[in-house]
Amino acid sequence: MSFSWAKQYQPTSAFGQWVDERLPLPRFVYNAVGAGYPAPRNLNYFWNFGFLAGAALMIQIITGIVLAMHYAANSGIAFDSVEHIMRDVNSGWLIRYVHANGASMFFIVVYIHIFRGLYFGSYKAPREMLWLLGVVIFLLMMATAFMGYVLVWGQMSFWGAQVITGFFSALPLVGEPIRQWLLGGFAPDDATLNRFFSLHYLLPFVILGVIILHVWALHIPGSNNPTGVNVKSEQDTVPFHPYYTAKDSFGFAIFLIVFAALVFFAPNILGHADNYIPANPLSTPAHIVPEWYFWPFYAILRAFTVDFLWIPAKLWGVLAMFASILLLFFLPWLDRSPVRSGTYRPMFKIFFWILMVDILILAVCGMKPAEEPWVRLGQLAAAYYFAHFLIILPIISKIEKPLPLPNSITESVLGGNNTVGALAGNAA
Amino acid sequence: MATVGQSESPDAGVIEGARRRDFIHVAAVSWAGIGVGAIGLPLINQMSASADVLALASIEVDVSSIQTGQAIKTSWRKQPIFIRNLTPVEIADANKVDVATLRDPQTLAERTKAGKENWLITLGVCTHLGCVPLGAAEGEVRGDFGGYFCPCHGSHYDTAARIRKGPAPANLAVPEYEFTSDTVVKIG
Repeated sequence: MSFSWAKQYQPTSAFGQWVDERLPLPRFVYNAVGAGYPAPRNLNYFWNFGFLAGAALMIQIITGIVLAMHYAANSGIAFDSVEHIMRDVNSGWLIRYVHANGASMFFIVVYIHIFRGLYFGSYKAPREMLWLLGVVIFLLMMATAFMGYVLVWGQMSFWGAQVITGFFSALPLVGEPIRQWLLGGFAPDDATLNRFFSLHYLLPFVILGVIILHVWALHIPGSNNPTGVNVKSEQDTVPFHPYYTAKDSFGFAIFLIVFAALVFFAPNILGHADNYIPANPLSTPAHIVPEWYFWPFYAILRAFTVDFLWIPAKLWGVLAMFASILLLFFLPWLDRSPVRSGTYRPMFKIFFWILMVDILILAVCGMKPAEEPWVRLGQLAAAYYFAHFLIILPIISKIEKPLPLPNSITESVLGGNNTVGALAGNAA
Repeated sequence: MATVGQSESPDAGVIEGARRRDFIHVAAVSWAGIGVGAIGLPLINQMSASADVLALASIEVDVSSIQTGQAIKTSWRKQPIFIRNLTPVEIADANKVDVATLRDPQTLAERTKAGKENWLITLGVCTHLGCVPLGAAEGEVRGDFGGYFCPCHGSHYDTAARIRKGPAPANLAVPEYEFTSDTVVKIG
């Protein structure tokens, strides 16, 4: 599965030899993230974010297991048990702030990881399966993050649970029964809290499992790279270790600095003050808003304000929101351009950045209260989001004239821009 | 670090002295080790008793209603405490014993406060494997030596709650306590 010039694992001791013949785990690690895995020599810092996402998941799992030792999933005492963690448990404040901000850090690095894939065409053949598994991980992350937020059982937790499970009531006929089945009642309560706790503990390990498949699917073709040009010879690659282990470690250190700054200096800046009020089923906060990483999707949800084609606005909103993510499953077949990297696609590059701005606008609209001008702006931005994937991408992949590609990764690294290379068709 | 020192290293030929890269490695790994320690400590320490548990670490008990010969059970740090008002006979029994013959040699005086020798305050936790011995409540078996008897594995304690027979290695523990008045005792 790797390149023919990949270094072979050589046990350095008799004991290593003994282990290798019985359980070749060191060999496996060597071939996966060691010197036995050749990676393109030109990977830039955007290629750190896969590793960072994995590190963020491990931080969430470790701090989460610890928090579960002190948390009580009972609607009567859940909120108090969180305060108990903050005030009484040794270093509990630190562990909870790391976990709460860790979710944000996880989404930040995953969004950068996704945008990296979008820009450099990492979803294209032969990496479609890698991309699909990534979208699955993203969906699992969203479910996990939402359920974790409910566990705090503050006002935002409760009303978030009310609103998100309310999505399902938009479905005709079966909607309300499904919602009651999800909640285990008519409104979020003990039953909801207990199942969310159970699933919030389970899903990270499911994510871990899908990540193993994701990395497996990565190792079949190997990493994409900033030129999008295939690896052609040994000189196009360097061994993963020590080159990218060192680069990832450096990136990890930067990640930890930002993370620590957030935890120690602004631990609540990404949260909502209302969630420090215990859940009250009889009083909704004036302004319900999800965590920042859901804002763009929340804006799409709210974009439909009138019934249309006999389908109620509520159902349109829910369908659009789910569609905005499910759309990503079809991306490898919507963008037909054989050139991967946006660097060599002059039109794609422009529209990529417009999409980034569009998502930013959606995020702002999702954060703002449902009033003008944010509703209208959100509608336009949502429409553009779908247009980008369903109309613009298929068209520009037909009409665009890509820039000349370098003949090889090595040439792009060493040769500068004066070499005229092969055209688009040779990329794949 | 295993692959360092191959041909890519510009000063691989230098044998004497530390290379710049060696210093960087040692410094980086040391610093990372400090970081791991700084993160690991809270993750381990979170399992220690929390502040709300420690806040309940001392209690006050009014012993005025305990008649001579009676005992009560109360709870301290989620563990049973026996408070016994010894009779003169029980005190005499306890003082009669040759301390040198005991498994855990202690006199009654050493296990009570001066002037309050009739107040025997011990943990109700058998020193063998942690069961609650019988004998504090009315009508319970008090063992061969008239003190406490642990039904789990048959440890007999005498009237000073000292181990006399059975598998327990030590006397029932005496907690830290003091009489804050004639009738109120502060445990812990």
